[in-house]
Amino acid sequence: MAKKPVTFILNGSERATFAEEGLNLLEFLRRGIGDLSPKYGCGQGTCGACTVIIDGETHLSCLTMAVTIEGRKVETASGLANGKVHPLQEAFMEHFAAQCGYCTPGMLMSAKVLLDRNPAPTRADVIEAISGNLCRCTGYEPIIDAILATANMRRLA
Amino acid sequence: MAMHRGRGFASINYPIGMNLGGDPSQALVHSNPDGKFTVALSSIDLGQGMKSVTRQIAAETLGIPVADVYVDTADSDTGPHCMGSFASRGTHRVGNAVIQAAQEARAVMLEAAAEELEVDATDLVTDGRGNIHVKGASSRSITTMAACQAAQFKQGRTVSGRGIFLIPLSEVDPETGEMTPVSCFAHAAMLVEVEVDDETGEVSVLDMQSAYEVGRALNPRLVEQQLVGGAWMGMSHALWETTEPYYPDRSHGPVDFNNYLMPGPGDLAPHHISVLERPAPDGPFGGKGPGEMCANPVLPAVANAVYDAVGVRIDELPITPEKVLRGIRANGGARPKMRLTRTQFTGAR
Amino acid sequence: MIEFRKEFFANERDDNLNEIGKPTRRQDILGHVTGRSPYFDDHLFEGLLHIRCVRSPHHHARIRRIDVSAAEKMPGVVRVLLGKDVPLNLNTLLSLLDFGLDDEPVLSTTKVAYKGEPVAAIIAESEAQARAAVLAVKVDWEVLPHVLDVEDAVKPGAPVVCDVYPSNKFIYHGKFDHQKLRYGDVEDAFARADHIVEGRYQMSPIEQAPMETCGAIAAPEVNDRFVCFTSTQGLFFSLGTAAKLLTMPSSRLHFVGGTVGGGFGGKVDSMHEPLAILGAMLTGRPCKYAWDREEEMQVGAPRGAERWYIKDGIARDGRILARKFTGYFDSGAYTRLSSYAIIKGVGHLPGPYTIPNVYADVFCVYTNRTPATAMRGFGITGVDFAIEAHMDKGAEMAGLNPIDFRILNSYRDGDMKAHRRLAKNCALVECCQVVAEKGGVVLTQASRAATSLLDGGGERARLPSRTATDQNGIVSGFKGGNYAKKGGGASAPQPVALPIAASAPTPAYPSPASVRPAAPTYQPAATPPPAPQPPAPAADTARHGALRFSSLSGFRRR
Repeated sequence: MAKKPVTFILNGSERATFAEEGLNLLEFLRRGIGDLSPKYGCGQGTCGACTVIIDGETHLSCLTMAVTIEGRKVETASGLANGKVHPLQEAFMEHFAAQCGYCTPGMLMSAKVLLDRNPAPTRADVIEAISGNLCRCTGYEPIIDAILATANMRRLA
Repeated sequence: MAMHRGRGFASINYPIGMNLGGDPSQALVHSNPDGKFTVALSSIDLGQGMKSVTRQIAAETLGIPVADVYVDTADSDTGPHCMGSFASRGTHRVGNAVIQAAQEARAVMLEAAAEELEVDATDLVTDGRGNIHVKGASSRSITTMAACQAAQFKQGRTVSGRGIFLIPLSEVDPETGEMTPVSCFAHAAMLVEVEVDDETGEVSVLDMQSAYEVGRALNPRLVEQQLVGGAWMGMSHALWETTEPYYPDRSHGPVDFNNYLMPGPGDLAPHHISVLERPAPDGPFGGKGPGEMCANPVLPAVANAVYDAVGVRIDELPITPEKVLRGIRANGGARPKMRLTRTQFTGAR
Repeated sequence: MIEFRKEFFANERDDNLNEIGKPTRRQDILGHVTGRSPYFDDHLFEGLLHIRCVRSPHHHARIRRIDVSAAEKMPGVVRVLLGKDVPLNLNTLLSLLDFGLDDEPVLSTTKVAYKGEPVAAIIAESEAQARAAVLAVKVDWEVLPHVLDVEDAVKPGAPVVCDVYPSNKFIYHGKFDHQKLRYGDVEDAFARADHIVEGRYQMSPIEQAPMETCGAIAAPEVNDRFVCFTSTQGLFFSLGTAAKLLTMPSSRLHFVGGTVGGGFGGKVDSMHEPLAILGAMLTGRPCKYAWDREEEMQVGAPRGAERWYIKDGIARDGRILARKFTGYFDSGAYTRLSSYAIIKGVGHLPGPYTIPNVYADVFCVYTNRTPATAMRGFGITGVDFAIEAHMDKGAEMAGLNPIDFRILNSYRDGDMKAHRRLAKNCALVECCQVVAEKGGVVLTQASRAATSLLDGGGERARLPSRTATDQNGIVSGFKGGNYAKKGGGASAPQPVALPIAASAPTPAYPSPASVRPAAPTYQPAATPPPAPQPPAPAADTARHGALRFSSLSGFRRR
């Protein structure tokens, strides 16, 4: 497969490199760039472990072609903490919203987009936002609690 | 054309550790020059919190703050043998090994402190905040850091310890099945309320009321993680999951999460958990392992609740809408049993 | 919505501890929320190769020929592995514990016994190239009749799934084709019972479905060793298995893991490390072997299906007088861990209830499906579903509230259990009481007054005066020498049971944190078993060198 040049912004930093035309964004980020935070859970777009943010929207990186991020802004969980821990991360820690941690990077991406768009979500809003992120360990309750708590904290701030 | 509610009950116990024993785990605990301790293991954290619970166990045993302990696992070059994380054995076996190793390390640390303070080690206590002092005379004290420094650079002591926990392997009698399976059991009881739609056969879990006896909740939040997540998996197991929907026929086996069904965040049931603690005589601080038994009572409780709601006994899991409808039709309609009606409201806890 | 009912068993606990009991944040949580926790695949390598397997599309088939010539020439293919490339191509997982006979190849050469069984492995520069080359491998299959139902599989004349066990049943103690539990005389008790309840229960196989699939990456390490990053749940278990299959000293293997994206029992089988390391050995490059999600679901070992038949004899007052089990564990095409599950299950019967007559025959059955393995509640979940669904029927027949029925029959401290050891540290009664209270279920006076601590022992501590035993299912031609071997001699050993001193109501651990906690000890309930029989001369073709966990107790024999 031919390699195409790709220039994009990853977690606030400009990157320029090459990507094979058939390569998916998940593999590109993990092995091409070395950002290991998005995870492989199914490669079929059904689990959400690979969720990243592109231009402010969630995308399943296992089903996104790497070359399509040309000129776009990409965010992953490893970029959430910008010098200090992001409120969502703090809330996840406080509420014990992760056990094995494998779904957590993708889950945080979905939560971030929700809160960026809707600073006062209802429980139903949260449930809908994370319905594409499967978790096998927690039973979801602490994750919902953590996201609602983050929203509450921000409103009080 | 109606929704029927019903409640079902189940109670279980669960054997802790590998059946018959013979499953050792080891731990090594040692201090760096500054009195910060590493617990070296080859045990596995699957998410159940192995690293976290052993950290607390080590800190408690050493008598130092948890921030001064780090659990390092798993590397076969540096971590001593552990059988593995399964059979609810982790907290029980590894925890005990960590206690033994930490006790040895603590003893050296206290000897070192005793030598510095010119007292008997038996007169010393730790305050759990990084200090060692004479019992009843807290001004005669030395920091754990200073004691460890003195031990290693002045006195020539290794502030370290080794631990192993092994329950001897039991035999099994071929004719009678006599055996010593495990040394302790966890317990659980579960009351589940469901709602069954007699037109679609769908079952929704409305509420779970449970009691789990776990020996000791070494970290109440980690225990809660297991019980909430495990009960969710139990619900999933009862109503949703199968790799062979037409078992023993293998056709239509799911190959992705579109077909392998599990409840999502919109399908959750409120779960009211009560934790009881009857310490296991041989558990680390009495702890047993809640990791597996958390799911078990949900499966039969749901099946029994479906029977209570519509009078259909479904003895084959998962309980699918198809099975519910077939049962209702065979009975000539829904036949609620209402055997566990709430006859007194005890108030929310 | 969690509460801690500290008032129960308070006098057996000292709650005045320093770090224990605190809701301390997890050590690994910061790594999880920053995406830095290092799972096996979170390691970067130059020149990483990818392994994908050629798998059987048939439930059961003989392999006439495997033609890899076209695959070998495909772009990116570095090496193709067949069974002959595996130094020791036959294993059973529990051979590390001297339990069972080697029955499963790494890459099959003569026949396949389940759909998805691997027969070749392609090692290529990219995953896509490996997948393409898999499709180019031509296998000439001779399809064989298959059997998928456990009760069909144990009938005479059924297709033989696993040649090591021609009756499609694992052989226990070299003696019987099932594990027995015999305690008292159930048939006698059934005749006396007022109610008989019978049931049949079936569990489906289910997936562990961790969010991280199983896998390993192996690479040549400095100084003639191999490093293997793995998702295993048992680091040394997998290391030992790899050392055995690759006939390599364990000292040359360096396994790294410990951070796993969920396991639930599905990451014990050690399928990935041996092939990944073999690839690294033969190519000199890092090799990754991991399942995709489809493989994780249909090739990866599920919780095995179980079928249970239960018959209860219940007295008029609701006491269960006798319980009889027949259980079939569907082990699939190979043993893996299922042989152990049966023993664990048998040790668990009849559930947390004091029943004076218990009988069980539990079979580990081979069928032509994906081999089963451990899953959360291994050996217990299935039978507990059956028991508790059955208890509900018993309650209804006896006319008792389901919770009263449980408490009435619940075990208490000091009761004799069906595996002939005394119960201790019980808490079932209290759990039932708490749930009844929370759920607004009114219990009888007797149920509300019951306690695990006082109502047991005495008469209930006695072994039955007579136990009906039998030699049903006896086989010949198999050696003993399994782990947990006992007997094998002509006469049934006499059961021994030592009364356990009733636990004194003192705290299990001393107060102030400054005093060292008592060293953990375990007092085995039984006296040492009778002197082990001398071992049968071992015509032991299935055992080979490498690491063993054996000789932990003097009772093991080869």
